[in-house]
Amino acid sequence: MKILSKIYTFLVFFFLYIPIFVLIIFSFNESKSTSVFTGFSFDWYLALLEQEDILNALKTTLILAVGSSVISTVFGTAAAVGIDSLRKGWLRSATMGVTNIPMMNPEIVTGFSMMLLFVFASKLLGISDSMGFGTLMIAHITFELPYVILNVLPKLRQTDRNLAEAAQDLGCRPVQAFFKVVLPSIKPGIITGMIMAFTLSLDDFIISYFTNGREFQTLPTIIYSMTKKRVTPVIYSLSTLIFFSILLLLILTNLIQYLNEKKQNKTSD
Amino acid sequence: MNKSTSLKTKLLNSPYIVWSALFVIAPLIFVVYYSFTDIDGNFTFENVLSLTAYTDTIIRSVWFGVVSTIICLVIAYPIAYIMAHSKAASQRTMMIMVMLPMWMNFLIRTYCWMVLLQDTGIINTFLGKLGISPVHMINTPGAVILGMVYDFLPFMILPIYSVMTKLDPSIVEAAQDLGCNRFAVLRKCVIPLSMPGVISGITMVFVPSVSTFYISQKLGGGSFELIGDVIERLYLTPNQNNVGAALSMFLMILILICMAIMNKFSNSSEEGMVI
Repeated sequence: MKILSKIYTFLVFFFLYIPIFVLIIFSFNESKSTSVFTGFSFDWYLALLEQEDILNALKTTLILAVGSSVISTVFGTAAAVGIDSLRKGWLRSATMGVTNIPMMNPEIVTGFSMMLLFVFASKLLGISDSMGFGTLMIAHITFELPYVILNVLPKLRQTDRNLAEAAQDLGCRPVQAFFKVVLPSIKPGIITGMIMAFTLSLDDFIISYFTNGREFQTLPTIIYSMTKKRVTPVIYSLSTLIFFSILLLLILTNLIQYLNEKKQNKTSD
Repeated sequence: MNKSTSLKTKLLNSPYIVWSALFVIAPLIFVVYYSFTDIDGNFTFENVLSLTAYTDTIIRSVWFGVVSTIICLVIAYPIAYIMAHSKAASQRTMMIMVMLPMWMNFLIRTYCWMVLLQDTGIINTFLGKLGISPVHMINTPGAVILGMVYDFLPFMILPIYSVMTKLDPSIVEAAQDLGCNRFAVLRKCVIPLSMPGVISGITMVFVPSVSTFYISQKLGGGSFELIGDVIERLYLTPNQNNVGAALSMFLMILILICMAIMNKFSNSSEEGMVI
């Protein structure tokens, strides 16, 4: 039974990683072929540095991810505090229902429907080419907000309401009480929400594809247009770099988490 | 005091409500509006009626979605079980390993499968070296479903795994004490208690696989168009937004019906995160 489950685990992970192995190996290929390995070279990494459109798209993607995740975190936390203070009733359930829509709806419908809104609005305002960074930003904030709210809300519910009142009794103004008492206790939720928002924005293709106005490229949309043509291994070298950055990021965050848990265990001993 | 809190509540809520109304509700209203109007804005049923031309596409999308969801469930359930019963350190490593491919762009992952499955691709080159004649894999329904399973498998593993880790081991022990063998424990305790994870896994795989585009374009070679591909095609053709809106509306209703059916099976009304 033990051996069987080991073999099974190996097979599943093998399945999950074959394409990734393939792209890493072929990113070092000497020739242009994506199925026969002819020799080792760094050519495709050097070629990547010369592709200005890719580098520009990378810059846009990072700015968009940082900007939209920061805005949606601040906005979403405020909204979560607001929702938490709503009494149970139609307004609360309506707000929660609306919050769930972008998560439940297929991405393609979210993207397509926002595109219709932007097209209509630009017709109304008489602007011919309205889609670009602004519309991408609005779209990304909109689909990230629910993830922030749904990560912060449970933490708010766990926070004792009396604590904020106690702080106010001890002379804090309500805003001070929020920053000194409530915020520290919901911080883990805010951080998880922000990381989720950031990674979702970084990786989003479908919604960006419908709201970027076809001219303004993010990394996923440029990859899409590259794979429509005959692909060069440049895309592989790019993906390999992305893979290792994500791996590094994941290991780092897990290490920090692990060390924190260890420290907590020590202090509690 | 009461007055000031209600003012605070209003101040905190109104920006979010306005934002949602503008960018969540309004777009959906536009989908409905465009579905029932022509290019000049006159009321018409033509867009909705023209959807009958896509009956094959719709049936195929639902069918592929169902098949890939079932395959994902069959693969994911044992692996989630194995993960939840491993040592803490290896659980952490396996979690990272499941999440890692998820954060790679799905376009690239799908493209890699195309390279693997091609007639002159890596798998066939490898088979050739072993003296086996090449197998035609690309541009078949199987290839499209393989792409879906590959892309969405982590969405099935993670929720099932997270439910299983929260499962109280004393329940399993109690069942064993009461005379259950391995199978009975699985059938009577583990499976029923992990149902919430299974249900959220099913929705998290089914929704993206029914609505996906790109996968079938690359792995199906254009001969197995799905709903998502049609919406994309209509978006790229000038003046077809109204039909696209009608199809989007249809897809939304289809998903809503499936969700309603799924919700019948689960009674959780928690306002929280799944993962």
